Amino acid sequence: MALLRSDAKDPKTQDAERVARAASEAAKKSRKSSESYWQVSWRIFRKNHVGVFCLGIVVLLVFVALFAGLIAPFDPDAIELTNRLQGPGGSHLLGTDELGRDILSRIIYGCRISLSVGVVSQAIALFIGFFAGVIAGYFGGKVDTVISFVIQVFSSFPFLLFAIVVMFVLGPGLVNLYVALGLLMWTTTARLVRGDVMRLKESEYIQSCVLSGGSSWRIITKHLLPNCVSTLIVTSTLGIPNAIMSEASLSFLGLGVQPPTSSWGAMISASQPYIQVNPTYSIATGVAIIITVMAFNLLGDALRDALDPKMRS
Amino acid sequence: MSSVAENVNDARVVLEVSGLVKRFPIKGGLVRHEIGQVHAVEDVSFVVHEGETFSIVGESGCGKSTTGKCVLRLIEPTSGSVKLDGKEFTTLTGEDLTRERRKMTLIFQDPYSSLNPRMTVGDIIAEPIDIAGIYATREERDARVEQIMEEVGLDLAFKNRYPHEFSGGQRQRIGIARAIVMQPELVICDEPVSALDVSVQAKVINLLKQLQREMGLAYVFISHDLSVVKHISDTVMVMYLGHEMELASKEELFGNPLHPYTKALLDVIPRIRSERVQDKRILEGDVPSPTNPPSGCCFHTRCPFATDRCKSEVPAKHEVTPGHFCSCHLYDN
Repeated sequence: MALLRSDAKDPKTQDAERVARAASEAAKKSRKSSESYWQVSWRIFRKNHVGVFCLGIVVLLVFVALFAGLIAPFDPDAIELTNRLQGPGGSHLLGTDELGRDILSRIIYGCRISLSVGVVSQAIALFIGFFAGVIAGYFGGKVDTVISFVIQVFSSFPFLLFAIVVMFVLGPGLVNLYVALGLLMWTTTARLVRGDVMRLKESEYIQSCVLSGGSSWRIITKHLLPNCVSTLIVTSTLGIPNAIMSEASLSFLGLGVQPPTSSWGAMISASQPYIQVNPTYSIATGVAIIITVMAFNLLGDALRDALDPKMRS
Repeated sequence: MSSVAENVNDARVVLEVSGLVKRFPIKGGLVRHEIGQVHAVEDVSFVVHEGETFSIVGESGCGKSTTGKCVLRLIEPTSGSVKLDGKEFTTLTGEDLTRERRKMTLIFQDPYSSLNPRMTVGDIIAEPIDIAGIYATREERDARVEQIMEEVGLDLAFKNRYPHEFSGGQRQRIGIARAIVMQPELVICDEPVSALDVSVQAKVINLLKQLQREMGLAYVFISHDLSVVKHISDTVMVMYLGHEMELASKEELFGNPLHPYTKALLDVIPRIRSERVQDKRILEGDVPSPTNPPSGCCFHTRCPFATDRCKSEVPAKHEVTPGHFCSCHLYDN
């Protein structure tokens, strides 16, 4: 009897349940209202299907680059002279090149080079660009004049021409490629950060920090850097495809990565004479570059939309 | 004079400003030389006592905020002296400046741009004590932050939230908490309520008054809203075009205004009763440009009582009745 009674829903327990439900709803709501800047950004980003798709591609590319050794069906440098310039199909999925090396494997290993050039050169550019921009924007005056002048000089040269000169001076090679591209690409970041900092340094929370005796270092790291992060993320995401393209161009011209290392630019350059014999050779490599560059560009656009506070309502 | 004002006059002097001048250079031309000056603050002097609320009122652009920022040296004054606790403040540099400046803080007008959007409320409030390195342990620091949050009426659960989740009034409370966390002697309130809704204004004003009672704070209260000033002040200074027009206790200034400009300002306070509308003196014309201020008394271009003397001679500051100062030729003799 007592058992039966506790099963039946008397009005009191119903009330208690309703109150409990309302309380948990309210708790959920209050948790939602306290979501951080990054949670809000992620929520906005998730709605952008192109952006999410490109993020997927980028993750896939990173995965391919990291595990190239496991994924590639052949050794990218294994020469098989009896099997030169094969079309797609057979045991070599995308055919073979002029030395009988598996094109698919070379593209997979090339992904490693391309992504590493993109990421490392952007990391260098980001580091130089952020500090140059912060110093110019924050201290202003003569320092700003000098840094702005340097930025102007760097950006007044045609980019590729400048890159060719730098590579010529440094000599070809992967490490030099990182350095050259990093040294050339910092100006975009520096200019954007300088603008951000000039706007931010007038803000009242920085005045308040100055009044409390906060050092320049504190202002830069605690106030300026966190407020520049979205700019930095967007410029570097959009800078990576630029670096990848430049690497391809320089390798095409023979100033980038040296054989036998496989790089997309070098492969397109090598495939040129055989475009009629084995068109897949150049097309597959080109498609790899296009997909990578487009994925990063569209991801950068989507990130800009999600991170820009002015887009928020 | 009221007993409050008398008490105030007996109290210790916290801030003494004399002959404060700020002129901003205007640069132009090919070689960017100085082609003119903005006369933002012209010869302003006043004294603030412990526990006193000293208000500076005036129209937009009359130099009241600049005066506040010159006192803190967020803007370096062109000339004049600022004495904090009897010690000259304008000549300090480096460590000395930082140490002395901790006795003063600033509450900002805009509660939206005065808080770093990427810092939690707890970190914002703790910033001054973090910089000064007062507390050795994290626990002591957090305890202090919680104590201050309670004092200004903020829920402790807000500690790890970000400023964008709060309303203007709550944000202003966060700003106030940051301002008083170091136990200052003097707080410069730069239009602290003019960006808030009227109902919220009252709450923030009452909070400021309560903190003043509890901590013995002196306020320099900068505002253009005379009804707020009337509510909170002990002493009021009226500014026009960077010049000090009139300075008196609140009761004197609102009960017996002397300067024609003060009279005009008081006349345009909106009232419910409409009897006085008949003899309202509404000023004509605009405030002259501070780059090219009028000769003589800066108010003569709009003053209904202006004479030839006003156009040529700058009026000196006279003590018309004890404690009631006025810069006007009408009260010279």
